[in-house]
Amino acid sequence: MTDTTQAAASESDQETSIYDELPDAPPKKKLKLTWTGKLGVIVVAFWVIIAVIGPWIAPYDQAEILDMDSYLPPGAEIDSGGTHWLGSDNNERDILSRVLWGARMTVGISFFATLLAYLMGVTAGIAAAVKKGWIDMILSRINDAILSLPTIMLGLLIVVALGSSIPILIGTAAIIYASSVYRIARAYGQEIMVMDYVESAQARGETIWWIIFREVLPNAAMPLATDFGLRLVFVVLFISSLSFLGLGIQPPNADWGSMVRGNLEAMQYAEGWGILAPIWPALAIASFTIAINLIVDDISAKSGGDLAKKMI
Amino acid sequence: MQRMVIQRILIGLVTLWVVSVLVFIMTSLLPGDVASIVLGQAATPETLAAYRAANGLDQPLIFQYFGWLANMVTGDLGVSKAGGAKIYDLIAGRLGNTMFLAGLVALISVPLSVALGLLAAMYPGTWIDRSLTFGTLALISVPDFFIATFAVLILAVQLGWLPAIASVAPENTFWQMARGIAMPLIVLVIVVAAQMIRMTRAGILNVMNSPYIEMAILKGVRRKRIILRHAFFNTIGPIVNVIALNLAYLVSGVVIVETIFAYPGLAKLMIDGVQTRDLPLVQACAMIFCGTYVVLIIMADVAAILANPRLRNPK
Amino acid sequence: MSELFEIDNLQIQARKEDGTPIPIVKGVSFNVKAGQVVALIGESGSGKSTISMATMAYCRPGLEFPGGEVRLHGKDVLSMDPQDQRSIRGNKVAYLAQSAAATFNPAITIGEQVTEAAVLHGTLTQEEANRRAVALYHALELPDPERLGRRYPHQVSGGQLQRLMAAMALVSSPDLLVLDEPTTALDVTTQIEVLKAFKKVIQEEGSAAIYVTHDLAVVAQVADHIVVLYSGEVQEQGPTEQIINNPKHPYTKRLMAAVKPTPKAGMGEKLDEEHSRDIPNIEVKNMTAGYGGIVNGKPVITVLRDINVKIKNSHVVGVIGESGCGKSTLARVIAGLLPAAKGEVFLDGKKLEADLKHRSAEELQKVQFVYQMADTALNPRQMISDILGRPIEFYRGIKGKERREEVAKLLRLVELPVEFENRYPSELSGGQKQRVNLARALAAKPEIMLCDEVTSALDSIVSSNVIKLLKKLRDETGVSFVFISHDLSTVGSFADEIVVLYAGRVVEQGPVDHVLAPPYHPYTRLLISSVPELRVGWLEETMQKREMAVGIARGVEITDTGCPFYNRCPIAIDGTCNLETAPTQEPHPDHFISCHRSMEEIEAAENAPQQVLHGFEKADPDGDKAAKAH
Repeated sequence: MTDTTQAAASESDQETSIYDELPDAPPKKKLKLTWTGKLGVIVVAFWVIIAVIGPWIAPYDQAEILDMDSYLPPGAEIDSGGTHWLGSDNNERDILSRVLWGARMTVGISFFATLLAYLMGVTAGIAAAVKKGWIDMILSRINDAILSLPTIMLGLLIVVALGSSIPILIGTAAIIYASSVYRIARAYGQEIMVMDYVESAQARGETIWWIIFREVLPNAAMPLATDFGLRLVFVVLFISSLSFLGLGIQPPNADWGSMVRGNLEAMQYAEGWGILAPIWPALAIASFTIAINLIVDDISAKSGGDLAKKMI
Repeated sequence: MQRMVIQRILIGLVTLWVVSVLVFIMTSLLPGDVASIVLGQAATPETLAAYRAANGLDQPLIFQYFGWLANMVTGDLGVSKAGGAKIYDLIAGRLGNTMFLAGLVALISVPLSVALGLLAAMYPGTWIDRSLTFGTLALISVPDFFIATFAVLILAVQLGWLPAIASVAPENTFWQMARGIAMPLIVLVIVVAAQMIRMTRAGILNVMNSPYIEMAILKGVRRKRIILRHAFFNTIGPIVNVIALNLAYLVSGVVIVETIFAYPGLAKLMIDGVQTRDLPLVQACAMIFCGTYVVLIIMADVAAILANPRLRNPK
Repeated sequence: MSELFEIDNLQIQARKEDGTPIPIVKGVSFNVKAGQVVALIGESGSGKSTISMATMAYCRPGLEFPGGEVRLHGKDVLSMDPQDQRSIRGNKVAYLAQSAAATFNPAITIGEQVTEAAVLHGTLTQEEANRRAVALYHALELPDPERLGRRYPHQVSGGQLQRLMAAMALVSSPDLLVLDEPTTALDVTTQIEVLKAFKKVIQEEGSAAIYVTHDLAVVAQVADHIVVLYSGEVQEQGPTEQIINNPKHPYTKRLMAAVKPTPKAGMGEKLDEEHSRDIPNIEVKNMTAGYGGIVNGKPVITVLRDINVKIKNSHVVGVIGESGCGKSTLARVIAGLLPAAKGEVFLDGKKLEADLKHRSAEELQKVQFVYQMADTALNPRQMISDILGRPIEFYRGIKGKERREEVAKLLRLVELPVEFENRYPSELSGGQKQRVNLARALAAKPEIMLCDEVTSALDSIVSSNVIKLLKKLRDETGVSFVFISHDLSTVGSFADEIVVLYAGRVVEQGPVDHVLAPPYHPYTRLLISSVPELRVGWLEETMQKREMAVGIARGVEITDTGCPFYNRCPIAIDGTCNLETAPTQEPHPDHFISCHRSMEEIEAAENAPQQVLHGFEKADPDGDKAAKAH
């Protein structure tokens, strides 16, 4: 250092201290949804509320046979008075009531199955990431095997072997989707395990439980929550597909997947707008899953598109 | 590099073995006694015992497993419990149908979706991108039976252009064949392409965050070249992986579509096998599905290794 | 007549979520004449990189140009239509980014990337561009110029990539070159090699340049004119000589004060003897360590070989060396984070288990490790009160209200406001995070703190403040430090004792005043000569020195036999240095040098700088050219 600078430094020590450090931290990024995301939230909230109160606001019971005619068009009068706002189905039941009842089955079962899948998948995935070694090896190979079997086939095998009931459906979906949760949880876990703050906790001598619950899980929570939405969509589609094949939720319980299947032939036999009978439950499924995906897309939107917009 | 490839293959083999155990355990859990199903009304305690002895069903499960595994490895798939036909023959015809459909779908959907995915990534935020993003999001969110139902409603019922039921017969001309499988073909292309378009776009945009893309912009490189030369080559790994997963789905996951259109494919065969408790058939199908998956994933991994200069040309 | 390039009242802004503008660059103006090198100097947040990109009418996503003009040959580029802007980028104005490793596309060959701009803009055909690229590789003294273009970026070293980026920028003979911190990420000996090459080609090509950096000493070597920026505004500008010798603005003076002094004996402060206390000793004996598992008693990738380090009676031990020399590995082995393959670590004469899992809580508490990057070292989901409170509770069993008081004490000790206990790490600036990082280690009340490059990621002023804090902690807390750094002047001003590592081996160690005074180990000599000095003409002077000719032209080679520095040493003895392990000599008590040359020979070489004791006729072409150049 030259003498000038040293002199300069000492002489203006007071004056320069204002330049010492830029005190500001980068502003915190708040989670902000676009209008599509907000729409998604509204639709999901709607179906969740219907799942809770649906049976009370439904005009008729899900199993109540009301007319002599099946596949009545929307708005048709019921012999005993009242209206089929969405028409009647193959067994002369009110479609609107069944859609409202079905929300509880489809949304509820899917939610609990996803929750269970998360419990199993995250536990195993984080365990594999933290313990490494042979535990990781064994869990990963079993997981590979489950992933390599087509989900519907696997579901079919389990349901046929054990019989179809709601607990079994939930368990089956949970086991199948736990494997993809495992993969993601393990990947996030591994990513976090190599962070310096985890090593620092290990060097301090913290127990494995501290590492898992205080260091790893809080940092994996946000991405896993986003993934929960995606997984929920897959489970809804899976349960609906099983029901569609006749192996899911059993009648007379209404659920959207089996309602589509049951009313498929309306497209050939129904008159007028009665052919929409299978479309209503299908729309219910679609609106729910699309809404979830809209939210997930919004949350996980990357800034990559921004740089891409700079291309000429 | 060779070591990595060999490692992938070994992991694949281990996976296959674990699957064989899982499949065997699950199929033996299937309710109903095979012997009584096969012999039906004619079953007497003596004939049942004789049948079990002849088929090794009285052996402990672990012996049955190894016997089955040994047969499987040597290519002997066994005899169908339901019809007495050779499983090999049952599967061969169905596998042909499945491969025909899957091949056609792949031929159309892979180039189509990679092109559309690149297009969406090239003009992010424009109406092309927005409509593709929303359209594919909607399509991956709905069950495939929904798409199939809709397609039937419009193309077969309302417009009457195509038959609602697929038909394949060996004596058909190519045109008849094509028309016969048009419905399942269209539905599957839509289902598979939606996935692949999204992943291609996401993969490209993910790479678009990299400093080397900014450098390309600052070098005055054109949009098209940035996407095709700078971004795409760094995205091949994930894109190939998605393609492999979707191809595996085309072979094994198309139960719903095969059911709706009554297409005689392999997945349908397995469903029937499950319903008739035809254990050897179910086991053989499961192993084929899993094998396809493992082979496709290995191929995708190897392709990703080959596409990556870091792995291809070590220091 | 207009200047080559003018920036006139340039404004750049970002926007808050509600749309209100946040100004980033607030009316900056300066000119660049043909053939002139203008330096933009400032720290992160000063807007210097943003301004440098505006030269090509480019701004990062989220930013916009609300006003001002950027004129190239008198024409405003900001108001041009996009296609015209594109035809300027990489053609009339070329850009060199800070990290070449990230800026080169990993999937495309070097040759295609270097020639791309010239070919796309139609200034050269592919063949012409290839020829020009090879000529530039020659001029930039890159190895194997004819075949270099066919290689991929991962196949060449960081310093070479940095020079290749210069080739990429120069290939289309731009009128203006924009260099954005091009040497910041490099080691000193690599930095000097890159600087030399840049300066040479800029002179030969005669193009004008804007050189963006936070390092005044580097600026003094390359720039004709300096623009000092702070918070998006020009504080002072003028010719280099004037700014460096007679800075007017207080901020410039503050920047000057943060420039690191040339390492020399006596630069550190003498400690009062009354501060001496029962100081812990650390001893590392015959230690070999590395990664990738152990095969036949040796790690698959050996990073450190037969290390013997004895640290006694000193408060601060500096471990110095360049990237890849194993200095962080040494700290990790001492901390038990990476069990050594061979050898032992002793603390106060007591052997420490190699793996920290087998160490007692008390031993863990005594040795604390401080990570380089506070960003990854602090859990983003824990508040500062938890980050600091946990070790207090864990090691010392202090809970509740007392814990809070301890946290407050720690925050005051590292000169942070007590209110910060309720913040998350993401709500602090880089320097503040680094203070929390240090405080966390202090929370354990350790005997020794292993500080791994704790100032390298920080801006010069922030870094000098952290060093000030470290000195205060050394004086006030009674903690000893093992201070790992690639920066010799920081280590020299802070340490009592220095260990010089090269390619995984200790080449010199001893009290700071002996290590930083002759006789030097040839590598120490090279390191000292490579630290840029804050005066014009230093680069040219240094390049005349003999150790530079061979030292900077070659890379580190990890060898099993002989002296690791053999291929870069100006006084190496063929047949001895490359085959036999160098003997360790002790010119002063506790000062060790590992070299085949006697101390007399080393001193003689120091005093006869022009005489080459050992010819390099047989050496590789790359080295030859460097030698011939002088």
